[in-house]
Amino acid sequence: MSLLHLAILLPFIMALFVPLFYKWFKNVHTGWFVLLLPVILFIYFFQYIKPVSSGSNTYSTANWIPSLGIQFTAYVDGLGLLFALLITGIGALVILYSIYYLSRAKEQLHTFYVYLLLFMGAMLGIVLSDNMIVLYTFWELTSLSSFLLIGYWHTREKSRYGALKSMLITVFGGLCMLGGIILLYLVTNTFSIREMVTQAPIIMDHPYFLPAMLLFLLGAFTKSAQFPFYIWLPDAMEAPTPVSAYLHSATMVKAGIYLTARFTPVFGLAPEWFWLVTGIGIITLAWGSFQAIKQTDLKAILAFSTVSQLGLIMSLLGAGSASLHFESLDNNMFSAAVVAAIFHLINHATFKGSLFMAAGIVDHETGTRDIRRLGGLMSFMPITFTIAVIGAFSMAGLPPFNGFLSKEMFFTSMIKLLEFDLFNVETWGILFPVLAWIASVFTFIYSMIIVFKTFTGKYQPEKLDKVPHEAPLGMLLSPIILASLVVLFGIFPNVLSFSIIEPATASILPYLLEDGEKFHVHISHWHGFSPELFMTLGVIALGTLLYIGLAKWRKVYRLLPEKLTLNKAYDASLRGLDKGSLRVQELYMTGFLRDYLGYIFAFFVLMTGWALFANSAFSFQIDGNAPIGVYEFVLAAVMVAGTVTVLFAKSRLTSIIALGSVGYGVALFFVFFRAPDLALTQLVIETVSVALFLLCFYYLPELQKREKLPFKLTNFLISLGVGTVVTLIALSANSQRVSETISSYFIENSYKEAGGKNMVNVILVDFRGFDTLFEITVLGIAALGIFAMVKLRLSKEEES
Amino acid sequence: MKRTNLKTNDLILQTVVKVVFFIIFIYSVYIFFAGHYTPGGGFVGGLMTSSAIVLLLLAYDVKTVASVIPVNFLKVAAAGLLVALGTGLASFLYGVPFLTHAHGPVHLPVFGEVEVASATAFDLGVYMVVVGVTMTIIQTIGETE
Repeated sequence: MSLLHLAILLPFIMALFVPLFYKWFKNVHTGWFVLLLPVILFIYFFQYIKPVSSGSNTYSTANWIPSLGIQFTAYVDGLGLLFALLITGIGALVILYSIYYLSRAKEQLHTFYVYLLLFMGAMLGIVLSDNMIVLYTFWELTSLSSFLLIGYWHTREKSRYGALKSMLITVFGGLCMLGGIILLYLVTNTFSIREMVTQAPIIMDHPYFLPAMLLFLLGAFTKSAQFPFYIWLPDAMEAPTPVSAYLHSATMVKAGIYLTARFTPVFGLAPEWFWLVTGIGIITLAWGSFQAIKQTDLKAILAFSTVSQLGLIMSLLGAGSASLHFESLDNNMFSAAVVAAIFHLINHATFKGSLFMAAGIVDHETGTRDIRRLGGLMSFMPITFTIAVIGAFSMAGLPPFNGFLSKEMFFTSMIKLLEFDLFNVETWGILFPVLAWIASVFTFIYSMIIVFKTFTGKYQPEKLDKVPHEAPLGMLLSPIILASLVVLFGIFPNVLSFSIIEPATASILPYLLEDGEKFHVHISHWHGFSPELFMTLGVIALGTLLYIGLAKWRKVYRLLPEKLTLNKAYDASLRGLDKGSLRVQELYMTGFLRDYLGYIFAFFVLMTGWALFANSAFSFQIDGNAPIGVYEFVLAAVMVAGTVTVLFAKSRLTSIIALGSVGYGVALFFVFFRAPDLALTQLVIETVSVALFLLCFYYLPELQKREKLPFKLTNFLISLGVGTVVTLIALSANSQRVSETISSYFIENSYKEAGGKNMVNVILVDFRGFDTLFEITVLGIAALGIFAMVKLRLSKEEES
Repeated sequence: MKRTNLKTNDLILQTVVKVVFFIIFIYSVYIFFAGHYTPGGGFVGGLMTSSAIVLLLLAYDVKTVASVIPVNFLKVAAAGLLVALGTGLASFLYGVPFLTHAHGPVHLPVFGEVEVASATAFDLGVYMVVVGVTMTIIQTIGETE
């Protein structure tokens, strides 16, 4: 454990206290307490900039399950630090914004902030863990917490729909990623990312390479809303706006980008990686920007724009992987793509964050986000307007904002790709710059729509729910800070170069550097009259024309098939899944306990019997066995008699007593064979279960008088099978010893290692404590289940 | 629990149970602590405690027992789980793997030198879960008419 671990766990610890703050300080907005945390963490991570930029990375390990190679290794390098700063920095601003956005009187703030803190901690965990299993745990935790946040207004149907959709898709990707992690572990025998990176050549040559890579990409693409998995992101906009600004533009969706960047050194040399990452990225960029124009909801436009911008960063990372085919940095023109990816990542967080907040303000102050109802708000909300202009113009790639710089770099990288003479880039490579340019035109158009349809044009007060006015200063503060950063990074982009971008690039492309060598990033505004500049000019010219003529060519969207959309496919498959599982369920859920027991036993007989047969485990030796004494014979006879009585008993009381005699017989056997612990437990269990029986006894229906028990062949066969298989297992287990009995180990070590003389108890609480922990968890769940079933049924009956 | 035809024997049963309950309970606590060295432990101890309470339930009715032992057993189970998990997590504070236990002699004022194992704390969690779970089940079933 170190301070770094604490920093990751602090949000979770804080989450425990949030409900208390909510309860104790009724007059203070809970957000103020929560705000402290990201601010402190941001300052803490800020201190890492100096050591990381001078090339020294920090890591510290805490053992979790060392025997399985699972360690909680916190690791701060350039890439992790960049994300940690984004998560805490944007997090602080979002929480500040949410204090004014969510009213204490109307909302359940404590749950909101608990979810948000869970999410923040999980994100920090993802970007700062070196161990894949730990990373995966946090990864799924982000899916879960984002599910809770999207469904925060859970009374709305659409919120629930969006939450479910996002979780199904991202958890599906996460599970795929887990498969990839396991495959990589099989190849490299480690869960550590740093060690995997050193073994990259071995992984490349392994047959598992391709499946592992595809599974990882599924994880990354679903999380980062790449084509065709992007469909969850627009629906996730049902979340409160602070959540949208935080999760769906600045952080969570970038986890996929992070993963792609992190694993570029492992997978990046493969042509499949290059084509998939660059190709899917550029398709997502083009499709997302095209779809954005169709939307009429401000947040929906922003959602599609996020999708497309994530595609842009993804395609840059793909292009950057081309640089791995060079030996060093000399003449390596593709490493600039990685620099552009990181720079755009930062820029996107700033301008999209401010735009989301501005959209939230418009929504908050007018009661609608529909651009058909909005218009002419400029004079009412001048500050919001300014923020929106800065954000949107940066997104459109206009100077002097930071988006302009990264978009220029994006164009450069896409043009340079044409010179890449591997993987048949010459055949389809021309599509990269062409699609990039077309997408930029669309980006320009929807950026203009956001600003001008909302803030200029005709003011229609009759269509608004509220009289618009400027938001309070507290709500404006966060977007103002973000917008200032947009301008700052636009005019002085090199404040980031040395401190953030260079070390982050170094951790994505670790092998291009000689010892002690560093990337030299210098971002400049003026490149001369380059093709990129003409492309930008073209974007502005065509974009302006198309924006003015929007009404005329918008009909294009009607040409798209209504029925053949990805959303329809998602809904249909979900319905199909529902119907299919219902059908399967109806097949076997008969409502009769005896049927279920039949399935269980039949399955047991088939599987275990098959396993016995397949391993030819039938060898029985009785040489070493102890002689069977009179007591054992008698006791066995009593137990058999008890069992037979249960079967043929006419009254229920008789069968309970007979069953009890079997249980006590087992306990006596334990006594004979010197297992007092087990005997004790068995005795008490028998007693308690008899008491339980007595409790239920009174309420059971009369046992039906039957003349003769009907004979059922299947039941007969199953019971015969169970008896045979269990006997066979018992006999063969005793005569087929593969290794020494483990009991000698426990006898030797239980006092030495655990300081206990009672071996059974030491095994339970110490040697196999993990098992016990889960067993009592299962017990707890069973109790909850019974409690819920009985009580819920009661309350329903009371209602009716 | 609805009264059954046990009613006629109530006086004897109730008088006996008043005494027997404490004997069983104290014995179960003994069993719990003895578990590390002799037969016993959290599981049996917990079961025995709940069987003592079951005895009370049989002699009196659910409402009386609930007023004598005003405990939400579901919460007991949850607290037990937290205790067990907490002992596991505490090992992180010492930089050792999850659920690593420590043991050693500790000097207590009255008892003198006593061998204490952190596993006992874990066992306490097990004890609480077992009591909580069995009693929750028995109470919920017993309460329904």
